[in-house]
Amino acid sequence: MRVGVTVFPGSNCDRDALYAVERAGAIPVELWHADADLRGADAVVVPGGFSYGDYLRPGAIARFAKVMGPLEEFAKSGGPVLGVCNGFQVLTEAHLLPGALLRNATMRFVCRRVRARVEATDTPWTSLLERGEELALPVAHNEGNYFADERTLRVLEDEGRVVLRYLENPNGSLNDVAGICGPGRNVVGLMPHPERVSDDALGSDAGLRVFESVLRFVGARV
Amino acid sequence: MNIQETYSSLGLSDFEYDRILELMGRAPNYLELSLFSVMWSEHCGYKNSRPLLGRFPNEGPRVLQGPGENAGVVEVGDGWALAFKMESHNHPSAVEPYEGAATGVGGIIRDVLAMGARPVALLNSLRFGPLDDERSRYLFREVVRGIGGYGNAVGVPTVGGEVEFADAYSGNPLVNAMCVGLIRSDEVVRARAEMGEGNLVVLFGSKTGRDGIHGATFASDELTEESEEKRPSVQVGDPFAGKMLVECSLKLLERNLLVSLQDLGAAGIASSASEMAAKGGVGIELDAGKVPLREPGMEPWEIVISESQERMLAVVEPEKAALVLETAERYELVAAVVGRVTGHGEMRVLNGDEVIASIPAEYLADAPTYEREVVRPAYLEEAQRLDLEGIPPPEDYNAALLKMLAHPNLCSRRSVYEQYDHEVGADTVVRPGADAAVVRIKGTKLGFAVATDCRGRHCYLDQRGGGAAAVAEAYRNLSCVGAEPVAITDCLNFGSPEKPDAYYQLAECIEGMAEACEVFGTPVVSGNVSLYNETECGAIYPTPTVGMVGIFEDVSRRATPGFKREGDMVVVLGGVPRGRPEGHPFGGSSYLEIVHGKVAGRPMVPDLAAEKQAADLVRGMIRSGLVDTAQDLSGGGELVALAEMALAGGIGFVFTKEKIERFASDKHHLHRVLLGEKGASFLVTVPWERWDAFQNAIPGEIGWDQAGETGGDRFVVPGLIDLSLDDLRAAHERDLFERHAPEGGHVG
Repeated sequence: MRVGVTVFPGSNCDRDALYAVERAGAIPVELWHADADLRGADAVVVPGGFSYGDYLRPGAIARFAKVMGPLEEFAKSGGPVLGVCNGFQVLTEAHLLPGALLRNATMRFVCRRVRARVEATDTPWTSLLERGEELALPVAHNEGNYFADERTLRVLEDEGRVVLRYLENPNGSLNDVAGICGPGRNVVGLMPHPERVSDDALGSDAGLRVFESVLRFVGARV
Repeated sequence: MNIQETYSSLGLSDFEYDRILELMGRAPNYLELSLFSVMWSEHCGYKNSRPLLGRFPNEGPRVLQGPGENAGVVEVGDGWALAFKMESHNHPSAVEPYEGAATGVGGIIRDVLAMGARPVALLNSLRFGPLDDERSRYLFREVVRGIGGYGNAVGVPTVGGEVEFADAYSGNPLVNAMCVGLIRSDEVVRARAEMGEGNLVVLFGSKTGRDGIHGATFASDELTEESEEKRPSVQVGDPFAGKMLVECSLKLLERNLLVSLQDLGAAGIASSASEMAAKGGVGIELDAGKVPLREPGMEPWEIVISESQERMLAVVEPEKAALVLETAERYELVAAVVGRVTGHGEMRVLNGDEVIASIPAEYLADAPTYEREVVRPAYLEEAQRLDLEGIPPPEDYNAALLKMLAHPNLCSRRSVYEQYDHEVGADTVVRPGADAAVVRIKGTKLGFAVATDCRGRHCYLDQRGGGAAAVAEAYRNLSCVGAEPVAITDCLNFGSPEKPDAYYQLAECIEGMAEACEVFGTPVVSGNVSLYNETECGAIYPTPTVGMVGIFEDVSRRATPGFKREGDMVVVLGGVPRGRPEGHPFGGSSYLEIVHGKVAGRPMVPDLAAEKQAADLVRGMIRSGLVDTAQDLSGGGELVALAEMALAGGIGFVFTKEKIERFASDKHHLHRVLLGEKGASFLVTVPWERWDAFQNAIPGEIGWDQAGETGGDRFVVPGLIDLSLDDLRAAHERDLFERHAPEGGHVG
C-alpha cells in the first residue's frame, strides 16, 4: 500500500509525514510538486510547512503546482486526501474543502498541545478513532483561524463534516473547528499535526491512528 | 573625502591603514580597502579577542572539529556527529529587530549547513532593556517575531534558549542564535579541504543585491543615535529561499558534487572566498560581472561585499559544474560559476578582463591583533561592597515568592516559545520549559540535549566567577535532564575592548569559562565574539553566553523538572563544602534584584569540583532509573525552583516542618537557604519505594537534605508560605507581551 506525500518548495513537515506513514505500515512515496504524477499512491497527504514561503496567502501558490492536477482528479474520484496545517490551507485554496484559514485571532504564531474532540469517524482518515474521544494534539500555525460563511458552516454542522473540534480554541476558529471533511468525506483537512504524535518516543502516538485508518480504508476498498 | 576619512569611515584605524600600506607596498584602491575593512573587523578578524581566546581548551575525545571552521563538530556514537555554533546578531537587531533576528537565525543555520550537517535544532539567547520601556518592548516583540518568522518557515525546530531583561541592555539588545546540525561523522565537510587549482567557484542561492553593505564593519562599532541611519546596512531574510538552500546543499553533498562549501556571512563573497583561499593555501579569482544580480547598476565592490542573504559558495570540479547548476535550478535557486581556484595565492576580483582588486589572501586573513593591559575596574570595589548578611528577610514570604515568580526574569517563557515551532522534524523529546531541550536521533536510541546559559549580572559583579558560573549552570542543566555534557560553543558579548573596563571583563570572563571547561571536560569547539556593545548610556553587562551540547546513549533515560507523583520525597542534593567558597548566596542573586532592587554584592564563587561531582551524581541517578524528576538550583534559589517544579507537574508541595524548626532560632540562615543561590545544588524527587536505593547511591562526601514532599494542590512552607497552585500559576504564567508589562529588571 502506497501513501504519497506532496513536497512543495517550502514544505517542512513532508519528512515527518513520510515517517508517520512508514510507521503506520505503508510505503511512503514522495510526490514532487513539479511532477504531474501521483506515482500510484492509494492515498495522499498534503503536509504542513510554508509552501512557496506562504507568499501571497498560505496555499495560494501551491494550488497551481503541477502535482495538484492529478491530485484534484484523485480527490474528486473519491481518493483519500489529507491536508495537515499548510496542507489544509492548500486544500481550501484548491476548493477541495470549503472556507478559509485566517490569521490567528491572537495575531501570533502558536505552537502548543491543545485538547480536541473527535466529531466524525466516518472518514477514511478517522475510522480508527472513537467518536467523542478527546486527544491532545500539537498545533503550530500562524493562520489556523477557520472561517466560512454562515450557510457553509450550517451545512458542515448539519452534514456532520466537522471532523475535529477544539476544546481549547487556540486561534479563534468559528465553531471551534479544528478539522473538516469535504462533501464526499474522502478529503479531510486538519490544523493539528497527527504526524507529530505518531511515535511513543515523543510522548504520544495518538496521531498514528489517523494514518492507520487510511490503510484500513484502502485495504477494505481494494 | 580624503583618504583618512575614507578608511576611518570603513572602520580602519591609522595603525591598520599603515599596516596595509606596508603589506601591499602600495596604496590600496577603494575595493581593496573595503576587503581589508571587513576581513579585519572584529567580527571576521577577532583582532581584540584572538590572543584571549587562545586560553580556551579546544580538544577532547569526542571533538572532530574545533574552532576555525564554520562550526564545531563532536561525535555522538553509531557514526553520528553534531555540528553546532552560536553567533550574535546584536547590532542589526538593535536598529531593525525583525530582520536582524531573522537573518541571525538564517546565518547560523548556514554555518552548520556549511559543515554538511542537516540543521535540526535552534536556540536563542536574548537580552533586552526592562519591559516598562516602550522601545524595549518593541525590540523584544519584533525580535521574537523575527526568530519565529524565519525559524518556523525554514522548518528547523526552535527548542530552547533564554531571555532576560536589565537596564544595561537598554538600546543594545543581545540576540544570540545557536544551531545544532546532525551529520555522519565521516561526511563532515571542511572549507579548508584541498581545493585544487583549476576548480570552479560556484555561487548559489538568492540573487545578490545592495543589502547589508558594510554590515560587518557596522557590527564592530558602538551604537549611536546615527546607527538608525544604518538601517540599510541590515540585511533582509527570506526563509523560503533559506529552506531551499538547505535542501539543495544537502542534495549536492549527498550526490558528492562539491569539493568544499562555505556560507556567505559578514562581508559576502569577498570574505568567504578570502577565507577559503587563505585556509586552502590557494588563490581565488572572482568575476563580479558573473554574479547574478537583483538590480542593475551595482558597482563591482558592492557586488563582492554585499551581504545579501541565503547564498552559499562552493568549490566544484569543472566536470561537475553543470550538474551543480542543474540541481540548484531544481530547487528554484539561482546559481552561477563566478570564479576559479588558482595557484597565485591572491584574492583577485575581476570585472570581465579587468583586475579591480588583488590582495594576497594571507594578508586578509591576518588581521592585526591587539593585546591590552588587564586593569581591574574601579567600579568593582563599590559594587561588591554590601552587607549581605544584613539584608532583612521578607516580612511576607507569600508576597515575595509571588513577586519573584511574576518577574520578567523568572516567570514562564511560554508566551515566547509558543511563538516558535519547537516540534517540526518530529524529534523533540523534551520541549521548551525544562532545564534543557532533548532531541532524539531517529532510528537510534541516541539523543542529545542542548541549553544556553549566561549570567550577565554575575559577570558584572565578578567576571571570573561569572564566566565559570555560566559554564557550570549549563553543565547542571544538561546533567539534570540526564545528558552527558561534551562541548560548548560561546558568544562573547562585551563592550568596547578599547575601554579598560570592558577589556578586563572580557579577559577575566574568558579565564573563568576556560577554567570551568577544563574541570568539566567540555572544550570550546566554536564561537563568536561581539564587542562594542555600547550606547551613549554605557556598556552592557559582560555577557558571555554558553551553548552546551550533551549526549544520551539512551534518550529514554531522562528527567524533567515537573513533579510526577504525589507523595514523592523532594531532596536537595549537592551544595558546597562549608566555609570553602568565597562570596555570598545573595550576591548578584535574582532575589536581591527583584525583592530588594539591588544588583550588588559578591556572588558565590563557583566550586567547580563540587559542581561536577553533584551534577555527575544526578546524571548517574537518572541513567540508572533512580530519578526521573530533577532541576538545578539557580536564579531565585530553592523556593523558586520548588515552585517551578510544582507548577510544571501540576502537583503541590509541602516543605519539611522539622527543617523550618531546625532554623527557627536563626531567621537569617533560613532566609539564605530558601532564597540564596549557593551553586552545585539540585532538587530531585524520589518515590518511597526507591528511597533506600537512593540513599545508598549518595557517596558520603556529597551533602543532601530533605526539602519536603509532593502532594495536594497547595504550595506550603509551614509558618511562612501557603499558596494555591492557581495563585502561583497566575503569577508565573503571565504573558510577557501584554501591553502594560509591570516592572522590569532593576539596577541598584
